Amino acid sequence: MTPTTATPTTVKAQKTPAGSPQAIRPFRVSIPEDEIVELRRRIAATRWPTKELVKDRSQGVQLATMRELARYWTTEYDWRKCEARLNALPQFTTEIDGVEIHFIHVRSKHENALPLIMTHGWPGSVIELLETVGPLTDPTAHGGTAQDAFHLVLPSLPGYGFSGEPAELGWDAARTGRAWAELMKRLGYTRYVAQGGDVGALVTDLMGRQAVEGLVGYHLNLLTAVLAIGDHLPRESEQERAAAKAVATFKQDGFGYFLEMATRPQTIGYAMLDSPVALAAWLLDHDTDSYHKISRAFVDRKPVGHLTRDTIVDNITLCWLTGTAASAARSYWEDGRALAAALASGQAPPPVKVPVGFTTFPGEIWASPRSWVEAVYPGLAYFNEVDRGGHFAAWEEPALFTSELRAAFKPLR
Amino acid sequence: MTFEEMKHRVAAASALGLLLIACPSYAQTVAAAAEDTAIRPFRIQIPETELIELRRRITATRWPEKETVADHSQGVPLAMVRELARYWATDYDWRKCEATLNAAPQFVTTIDGLDIHFIHVRSKHANALPLIVTHGWPGSIIEQLKIIDPLTNPTAHSGNASDAFHVVIPSMPGYGFSGKPTSTGWGPERMGRAWAELMKRLGYTRYVAQGGDWGAFVVDQMGLQAPAGLLAIHTNMPATVPADVDRALLAGGPAPSGLSADEHRAYEQLVRTFKQVDYARLMASRPQTLYGIADSPVGLAAWLLDHNDADGQPAAAVASALNRSTSATGELTRDEILDNITLYWLTNTGVSASRLYWEYKGGFFNAKGVSIPVAVTVFPGEQYEAPRSWTERAYPKLIYYNKVDKGGHFAAWEQPSLFAAEVRAAFKSLR
Repeated sequence: MTPTTATPTTVKAQKTPAGSPQAIRPFRVSIPEDEIVELRRRIAATRWPTKELVKDRSQGVQLATMRELARYWTTEYDWRKCEARLNALPQFTTEIDGVEIHFIHVRSKHENALPLIMTHGWPGSVIELLETVGPLTDPTAHGGTAQDAFHLVLPSLPGYGFSGEPAELGWDAARTGRAWAELMKRLGYTRYVAQGGDVGALVTDLMGRQAVEGLVGYHLNLLTAVLAIGDHLPRESEQERAAAKAVATFKQDGFGYFLEMATRPQTIGYAMLDSPVALAAWLLDHDTDSYHKISRAFVDRKPVGHLTRDTIVDNITLCWLTGTAASAARSYWEDGRALAAALASGQAPPPVKVPVGFTTFPGEIWASPRSWVEAVYPGLAYFNEVDRGGHFAAWEEPALFTSELRAAFKPLR
Repeated sequence: MTFEEMKHRVAAASALGLLLIACPSYAQTVAAAAEDTAIRPFRIQIPETELIELRRRITATRWPEKETVADHSQGVPLAMVRELARYWATDYDWRKCEATLNAAPQFVTTIDGLDIHFIHVRSKHANALPLIVTHGWPGSIIEQLKIIDPLTNPTAHSGNASDAFHVVIPSMPGYGFSGKPTSTGWGPERMGRAWAELMKRLGYTRYVAQGGDWGAFVVDQMGLQAPAGLLAIHTNMPATVPADVDRALLAGGPAPSGLSADEHRAYEQLVRTFKQVDYARLMASRPQTLYGIADSPVGLAAWLLDHNDADGQPAAAVASALNRSTSATGELTRDEILDNITLYWLTNTGVSASRLYWEYKGGFFNAKGVSIPVAVTVFPGEQYEAPRSWTERAYPKLIYYNKVDKGGHFAAWEQPSLFAAEVRAAFKSLR
């Protein structure tokens, strides 16, 4: 990756001298060819374990899925296409609170567009959000009107992708939320909204609870509070009971990756930095719904929505080439400690004073019923349940996801 | 040549005579056995190309950046793994380990459809007591090498002839040179039954069993199964926690009221242990996802190092061994740690070994209801120091209980002399 010297034409209010760390510097992705050759060499040299002993996902990512992914990765996949997709978008870096933050910033041609900062999650990256850039910033070309337009900021979380890796303690989601507020300020946005799923939902929610300057509302597609207060949420209706069961299943059977990263990120980091297949398996072993969709994309060649072989491998390759698997895992260690401290304090989090919107996607790890979302966000401003999409909603169903954001934020324009 | 091919070739090339010399009691067994119960001599001979490839991979390691803490709280620290990798790729010599292993009589026999590899050393003392010793995770038979001579040849190790054992040390299914199960079901219960069959096949009609870590689960299961011939078990990781205390532990609550000082201390130790077992939760739910421990030597090494003892995670005894090149008193050395890791690497058993966690659905330290005679040694560095009170309730036929003053989770490996003395004392009443 090499920053270029091109002038940032899309940045409106950048007043910091170009040489200062706070300056906003244009950024382009340009991976040296030898790194791509080396990646292919390592994949081809993979030493495999024996096949799992079961016919389902219950022992982890299945060997047939991994072998097909590895075959595709070394033979058909072309990172340069991903690089070109990224470089077609205006990218920048700026140092905030001591860490270099990479972000995509696309201003709409519509002057009254609403500024929106949208945060990816784990095991994702800005790759998750790329298909929403067109619909969100250029709505008239994507079934919307000029009043649906957003100026879009897509940062890479600290320790992820092309952002820097924190070398000091304390980069939990709350600190990232404060960094995002600083980023929006630096970009000259004094009135903006935020959106997130997964870790992005945690960051976005903490922006709201910290009442950062300029934030006028936010939208989420994961109810992260369930991990802390799930036992206190209602479980009367069939839908509530189903959600409670999904949470219990996740904690019983699907939480291993979370706990390992929250306690021993360095230990798991060695294998992920050294073995592309180890990294790919670790990133694929997220929730059940997305695993099956991703596995189907490779084994049966039947992708669901935009969860295609190329975009899946783009996301893994980005993590490999930037060498960020351990630093991304470490964000769970930070957030795990912050969560434990919050629970130990016995104090409720600060109330949210701006409107919150929420969309429940059916394939989410726990499909949150309206009652749960209202319990966490009294006075919920927008709620909808849609009929398709899962944990990676923006990635899988970008058009549907976009229409949800347009609807959720309409009253704030 | 793969291991499977190698095993077969070695087995085919071996003279039956070696087998007879190593173990006279086999003569009868082998002659009577059908083909699939044959006991085949086994030697390790790793092709040089595999050692070269291992060194190449270590040297080519792509490293993460340093942890952001100054302690072990984010996992195995970068400096520790880098120094180990440097030594592993340069001065470490697997052939010494291979020679040590091959100096012990090793065999393979098929039990319940799976090849079981084992060391079998008969004592020169005719009345020696047969003993089967089971290793754990992240260990292997390497853990037990230093206790073989003290147990089988006591007169050379400050004991007398009446302390002698005939020693059998199997590799658990999916571990080391044993076969890798290709279907589910190989948990400690099935292993216990396989060990009973192994002892029967070796002609032992009256024997004892010992284990720590997973080996402790296996001997508890053997105790429950009470196969013909099993006189007693000795465990250095006893499962003694009463049901009500176990429930409180699993709920993450405070210690139940009414515990004695020893019991309260054990409770607090277990609370600490349960905060250090996320590696176990991961292997219990997603062993297959650990592709990295098959593909990356350093990934494997870090994963195996990150097991706790009472004094740290990684275990303090293991972490300190990494700085010890030799030991006159039998303490763990850097070479022994690498012998064990290298054995996992060369047999590509990282993932198959992890599946044992997936197989086991039972409780961990809860009392299991073993009613045969049991002997217990409590080592201070173990996950918890089982109080005598709980131990007596968990094992109503307790024939021996002793708390020693040194040694930890890898007791046989860390303190071989003391461990051997404990095993002698534990089973003395049965001779």
